[in-house]
Amino acid sequence: MRKFNLILFACTFTLLPLWATAQIDGEVVKPRSGTFLLRNATVVTVNKGILSNTSVLISEGNITAIGENISSTDAEIIDCSGKYIYPGMFDGGTKLGMVEINSVAETNDNAELGNVTPNMQALTTINPNAVAIPVTRVSGVTTTLAVPSGGLFPGTAALINLNGYTPDQMYAGFKGVVMNFPSSARRSTRDRRSDDDIKKDAETAMKNINELWQRATMFQSFREAEAELDYYPEMEHLSKAVSGELPLLIEVNAAKDITNTLEWLADKPNVRAILTGVAEGWRVADKIAAAGIPVITGPMLSIPTRESDRYDAAYTNPGKLLAAGVKVGLRTNDTENVRNLPFNAGFAAAYGMGKDEALKAVTLVPAEIFGVADRLGSIEQGKSATLFVSDGDPFETKTQILHVFIDGYKIPMTNRHIQLYQEFLERDPGLVK
Amino acid sequence: MRKLIFIFSAFLIFGTASAQTKKGDLLIKNATVITVTDGILEDTDILVENGLIRRIGKGLSGGNGTTIDAKGKYVMPGIIDAHSHIALDVVNEATSPITSEVWMGDVIDPYDIGIYRALAGGTTISHAMHGSANAIGGQNVTLKHRYGTRNPEDLIMKEAPRTIKFALGENPTRVHGRNNNIQPRTRMGVEAVIRNGFSEAQQYKRRWSEYDQAQKQRNSTAVPPKYDARLQTLVDILDGKVIIHCHSYRADEIYMLINVCKDFDIKNIVFSHVNEGFKVAPELAEYTMGASVFADWWAYKFEVYYSTAFNAAILNRNGVVTSINSDSGELIRHLYHEAAKTQRYGGLTDQEALELITINPAKQLGIADKVGSIEVGKQADLVIFDSHPLSVYAIPQMTFVDGVKYFDINEDNHDQRIRVSATEMVEPIYLKEHEHKCMHNVDFLFSNFGRNLFDHNH
Repeated sequence: MRKFNLILFACTFTLLPLWATAQIDGEVVKPRSGTFLLRNATVVTVNKGILSNTSVLISEGNITAIGENISSTDAEIIDCSGKYIYPGMFDGGTKLGMVEINSVAETNDNAELGNVTPNMQALTTINPNAVAIPVTRVSGVTTTLAVPSGGLFPGTAALINLNGYTPDQMYAGFKGVVMNFPSSARRSTRDRRSDDDIKKDAETAMKNINELWQRATMFQSFREAEAELDYYPEMEHLSKAVSGELPLLIEVNAAKDITNTLEWLADKPNVRAILTGVAEGWRVADKIAAAGIPVITGPMLSIPTRESDRYDAAYTNPGKLLAAGVKVGLRTNDTENVRNLPFNAGFAAAYGMGKDEALKAVTLVPAEIFGVADRLGSIEQGKSATLFVSDGDPFETKTQILHVFIDGYKIPMTNRHIQLYQEFLERDPGLVK
Repeated sequence: MRKLIFIFSAFLIFGTASAQTKKGDLLIKNATVITVTDGILEDTDILVENGLIRRIGKGLSGGNGTTIDAKGKYVMPGIIDAHSHIALDVVNEATSPITSEVWMGDVIDPYDIGIYRALAGGTTISHAMHGSANAIGGQNVTLKHRYGTRNPEDLIMKEAPRTIKFALGENPTRVHGRNNNIQPRTRMGVEAVIRNGFSEAQQYKRRWSEYDQAQKQRNSTAVPPKYDARLQTLVDILDGKVIIHCHSYRADEIYMLINVCKDFDIKNIVFSHVNEGFKVAPELAEYTMGASVFADWWAYKFEVYYSTAFNAAILNRNGVVTSINSDSGELIRHLYHEAAKTQRYGGLTDQEALELITINPAKQLGIADKVGSIEVGKQADLVIFDSHPLSVYAIPQMTFVDGVKYFDINEDNHDQRIRVSATEMVEPIYLKEHEHKCMHNVDFLFSNFGRNLFDHNH
């Protein structure tokens, strides 16, 4: 009997793989690495002009050659005649990967309890399998900044590429401590605090920030003196922003708050500040330019901050900042619809920024602001093969994105939205069975 | 006393009859005219007289109005938003699962700057709707964006048929079931509430017809039934006088209401949002007046997690009359761009994409014989764009309602408010529009919640 069991067992195990293949339908297309030759494209390099009839060779994750006559014996050839190659687009501020469904609290991992939690790591909570990630990357948006929200110092943001099975595989080389500068603005049209309360809240917050900053500065000086310090993760992280070891991403939007921020930064030369949001930046663009602080702004597709503002205030903001001499990157501040980044950029382009500058503002400029321009942000030999192929201008609504590569991985051009389309376009049975 | 009432009501009737909204005269020359119903006409003129399109052709002249040279520019019909909440003081009467007695025409706010912003995005008509707190909500009102008037009456499109808001799924079950502990708490309860409502309305109608019969008898002493505005509205739905616009997301709940409507012989129904409409597209095509959808909104709540941006394309290909709506003071400013997204997600043609924001929403609101295309005899609601309106780079230049210009990019004063609050010391700065328009004014039901339930909860 025991022998019989053993035989049955052995049979079961040898047959199991066969059963598996026999019972499961459908093919899963996975991202795959390899050597790819994108042949005969119009290459929009972003920093070295537009190259026609040019091929791009991708190998071991990088762009290894760009030119008119490139051949490769082992490369998989992708004909790109009549097509365009662009570097992958950056969204400079999102909750993508941190929030699955906005109204379901259990799926929101972007905002920790507490007012001072700079040690909360956005990278930790990135879900590499968030349904919105494949939905986003087929649009050519390949790289996003995951930003924690909440109190004064809600956490540390992380730049990710939208491919990988672990957060570390996705990590794109930038982290920054987030600070929510005390706001004189209302969070939304439903924020019904009185003017006095808003003022008081902001004053209290500012006082807190100054005390915290003083403590963090002290902590930093102890650290430099190699003093023996108790475990104090909040201060340890904040002190890195004090010293400039980590950049400080300051979320600030109302004009007055922006000038206050600039004043606050004036006596802190070590701080590597990046202003984010900056909805009313156009009101104080000269001051931001004079301070030489880069800006990540957006979304452009939003209503003006004041009822008295011109209807297109949000569309024209990036163009006005740029014209004043500010270094401007763009963001959607979205979760599931980060795929609208190119359309936000399109509106910025139409309303004053211009197409070339708007393209830079979602590629090379954010790469520079985040200090990763040696790897990302343009089509150059030696850089990461993080790029896409399209049949036209990627900001133009009807343009189709045909291929996406992230770190040299060819990304499957599918996601849940596309799969539902495939299943339901022609339902069978239709009306009657 | 009775005389006084008579005089008073006569005055009221006279008052409304004499209230004429502005009508304009206009000649647009040399434009690329996107008619929507009759193709694209190059280098063509449009003559507008007294608010109506009189002639479309080449080399037109005359008329009493201004002439606009639109050479190199595109003219399309004013954009129509079949689901909006702009220009409303309040949105939800969330006190009962059925509130069909209320009407949004009573809460129009002509000062809402959102009307001007919509005009600046080429939108000339919006369907100002009750919110989604109730299974059967209030009656909606169709507005023409005649911005600048201080009289709410002037905004109402009086020719438009009556419509009413219904809502299925998470919103009514949360407001009533989970927060007030009354039916509906589930999608089963939503069905019951609606079926009970219609059945009661049938009884109500019968009582009245019995009374009418009895009254015809000589020396009748019949006592009339008590008038009930709530039930009378439901009777009007059963009689085909009111179009249902139903907030809905999941395929099962859409299919449920289609069945309810079949049972009560209701034909006039449009589904709104309809994120899972693509799953029941053949049913929507066969039994309804269509679906009004978002271009790409999804995942903001659980019932829209299994959505697809290809929804409009699938619906359209299955023969459903489909429109793209805003439900937002932000999106209403660029519905032309939202419509263009159906070209990225599903490859609709220019013609198909433009129908989604013009003639199709007009059909769903029952006004397609008056607006929604550029045709002789239709109302002159027109937008001039600098380039093709489906391009992301397109910028609306001028917007006309009834031939009257309400937006001109070159004459835009930055501050377009027509009222400034005297008590407001500092102008408030808003970082974003409160996005949960559909659930406006129900916050008193949620005072115990610590987290923000209202972000992104359409």
